Amino acid sequence: MNQMRTALFLAKKDLYSELKTKQILVTQIIFAALVIVVFSFAFDPANNTTKAVIPGVIWVIIVFSGILGLNRSFISEQRNDTIQGLLVAPMEATSIYLGKFLANFTMMLIVELVSIPFLFLLFDFKFLGSIPYFILVIFLGSFGFIAIGTFLAALAANSKSSEMLLPLLLFPITTPILIGVVQATRIILTNMEKFSSALAWIQLVTAYDVIFFVVCFLLIDYVLEV
Amino acid sequence: MSMNLEREKEVLVGSQLAETKKLNLSSILYVGTVISMLVALYFIFIYAAEEKTMGAAQKIFYFHVSSAWLAFMAFFVTFVCSILFLIKRKRIFDTYAYVSAEIGVVFTIIVLTTGPIWAKSSWNTWWVWEPRLITTLILFFIYVAYIMIRQMDGVWDKKARLAAVFGIIGFADVPIVFFAIRWWQTKFHPIVFGDGPSQSGGGIEGTMLTALFVSLAAFTILYSYFLYKGVSFENMKIKVERYKEKLREDLDK
Repeated sequence: MNQMRTALFLAKKDLYSELKTKQILVTQIIFAALVIVVFSFAFDPANNTTKAVIPGVIWVIIVFSGILGLNRSFISEQRNDTIQGLLVAPMEATSIYLGKFLANFTMMLIVELVSIPFLFLLFDFKFLGSIPYFILVIFLGSFGFIAIGTFLAALAANSKSSEMLLPLLLFPITTPILIGVVQATRIILTNMEKFSSALAWIQLVTAYDVIFFVVCFLLIDYVLEV
Repeated sequence: MSMNLEREKEVLVGSQLAETKKLNLSSILYVGTVISMLVALYFIFIYAAEEKTMGAAQKIFYFHVSSAWLAFMAFFVTFVCSILFLIKRKRIFDTYAYVSAEIGVVFTIIVLTTGPIWAKSSWNTWWVWEPRLITTLILFFIYVAYIMIRQMDGVWDKKARLAAVFGIIGFADVPIVFFAIRWWQTKFHPIVFGDGPSQSGGGIEGTMLTALFVSLAAFTILYSYFLYKGVSFENMKIKVERYKEKLREDLDK
């Protein structure tokens, strides 16, 4: 598994530089907090009906702060043209993708770990459902979102206005994931009686994850050509 | 990736002049489109029976369904040409993919405008969040994004490569989008072909079905005419760019 080793190496490099600069992660977390604040203006936290929008709010936070990180992941390589270095380095395009994916995914999970408890706290949300399944849904949803997001970020990085292009590419493609995870999260958080349909949604999201991870893996060679 | 050592536009190689032989196919397609459209109009407005409850507003159905069919076919052609481009790397496949996507977007807009008109008279609402409507909307956004990739700056083969990759991903996404939304929402659209599982009033009258098939055929011919014309326009554009570049090079000397 030479490919995996180089991918881990690249992910380590990204995370290490993130640890030094703390640029992206801090921005993502502050942005997530700001989204929560904006939502508290939009939906009155004292109102009981607000509980119904919490599953949607969780995913809005993940998607919006995820976009910030995805935008940077390939753009940051452009400043010193290090992407050229990566491309000519003795590793395959798939390892670059895998490494970037692992780094983005780790950062996304950290953001979620901070922002979701923060959201529950501020909106005074009483957790009724099962925590393991909630974590599973969050994990699967972010996996698919970041997998396709990293791929499209590599694609959009070729454009001069990639920050504007990436959301336009990413949102329509990820609609199945967003529908699936929002429904699954709603069922798990509010009424566990309909758990079987939540399971169906989880299966759909898993299928999407697998299909698109494989497709991205096959097509990344064409995106990252010198 | 960001470094372009090559020039953005190619210089004309040799002095190929436009061939005038292919005019035939264009005029055949043109005549075919006009005739089939007139026939389709006859079938829609005179031959087909009028719907009982909706009346004349129902006639929009033929154009609505045909435009939807044309758009889906156009996107399928984009998908196939994208795959062919990635394998063969010939510019012509890229041109076909691009032109087809453009036609598809235009006809998706037609679907999305005729849809609400039809919906207002049949469901008494402009828009419902229903699987086929949302899928069409998402499809529209995917291919608008596809065209935005084409508007990027850089050498053509980079743009073509990236657009082809997105064309494949986008098309692969459509069935999943449809199933996801179908699970999410219950169905609203009548199932026209075959027996609808849940509705008793489904189905379509014989004359209407004939009119529908005639307009589908007419739109298919219209699509091939547009595709042919669009591709020859694109080729002309490419040629003009090359002439310009050649001129620039000559001036530099």
